[in-house]
Order: sequence, then structure tokens, then C-alpha cells
Amino acid sequence: MKALYFAWVRERVGRAEEELNPPPAVETVGDLIAWLCERGEGYAYAFDKPAAVRAALDRVHARSDASIMGVKEVAFFPPMTGG
Amino acid sequence: MARVRVQQEDFDPGAEAAALAYGQTDVGAVVSFVGYCRDEGGSLAALELEHYPGMAEEEIARAAVEAEARWPLLGATIIHRYGRIAPGEQIVFVAVAAVHRGAAFAAAEMLMDYLKTHAPFWKRAIRSDGAVEGWIEPKQEDDRSAARWSAGAD
Repeated sequence: MKALYFAWVRERVGRAEEELNPPPAVETVGDLIAWLCERGEGYAYAFDKPAAVRAALDRVHARSDASIMGVKEVAFFPPMTGG
Repeated sequence: MARVRVQQEDFDPGAEAAALAYGQTDVGAVVSFVGYCRDEGGSLAALELEHYPGMAEEEIARAAVEAEARWPLLGATIIHRYGRIAPGEQIVFVAVAAVHRGAAFAAAEMLMDYLKTHAPFWKRAIRSDGAVEGWIEPKQEDDRSAARWSAGAD
């Protein structure tokens, strides 16, 4: 699955995108965040306050309990400040 | 039905608004809104707007579909810029055409509220002294404004 990071999440993770291959036990957005946090300090820093990070699955906003089964693109970003 | 554009270039709000009524005899009202970059008392040199290409367009289009389901609209155009934008420059444009003004005003306001809270754009401030400030925090009042339009949604 392709992962994209935006704004300060991108800066903390240290990259804009990457390919992820989480194990089958990683079923939800929340699981994925927990799994990422074990991969390094940048991730742990980015997801320091989980409520401050939003997620999208295949370009649709998703909650942390949403299933990542069959998802091709996951994105993590701060609350939006457009307009 | 709505036209959605996410672009770096500036836009012509007058021409965009006029295009919604051009050649149509059923349009009774076009309401348009332009959001500008402000200099915050001279302290802001520019905004850097980052976006999620693809999702930005899709999320705006979803908001437009919701507006069309709620009000009898005859057309809508939504433009959001990204990249570096200086004070005085235009950032965002929303225009809605309808038979009557009530629907056009309400839909334009809903679309702007949704753009601020749901469309994947992020602003960063570049200060006049050259300092690149952190990412701009979302405003709670924007969340409250957007929440007016949804029952049970996030």
C-alpha cells in the first residue's frame, strides 16, 4: 500500500511517500499508526498525539477504526486549514 | 455539475461568476465569494499552501454533491489555489447559481465552511522577517461553522 504524508506529518516522518507492507494483524488505521510508531522516532513524533492526525483511505477521510483491507493509498495529515 | 479546479494560477472571479449565468434564462441568482490572503498587520510575507493532489479535487466535488442534494442549484464553481500566495492575492473562489438567492447564499456558505475543514489543504505562514513559521492551526470556529451543516457527520 502506498502511504502519503502531508504538512507537519510529512516533516516529522521525514518523507512525503513510501510503500508500506504491514503484517495481516494490522487491520485498521489505528493499528497502522501503532505499527508505524514502532518503525522509528520520526513516526512516533508524528503520531505523538493521535487525535491531531487525520487519515484518508483511497482519498476519502477515514476514522481510526476504519479497515485498511484492500486499500491502495493511505494518507496521514494534520487537520485541514484551507479556504 | 459543479466545476472544481485546484491550481497554482490566479483566477478571474468576475468572469467565473458571469459564466454561471451566461446563456441561461433560468438563473435568478449567482452568489460568489473570494477569499484573500491578508498580511496580518504587516507581519505576513506570504502563505505556503500545500494540498493533497487528487483528494483535494475529489473532496471539494463531494461537498458540491452534498450542496446540490440540499438545495436546488443550477451550477457551482469552486477554485482553490496552492503554492506561495502573497497578501492581497486571491486564494479561494466559490460561486453558486440558483433560481432564488436563498439557496445560492446558503450553498455558498456551506461550501466555504466545508472547504475550510474538509478539503485537504494546509497553510504555512512565512513572516516578513523571512522566518518560516509553523503550520497554521485549525480554528475551532471553523469546525463549529462546518458542523452547522451536518447532522451525525464528523
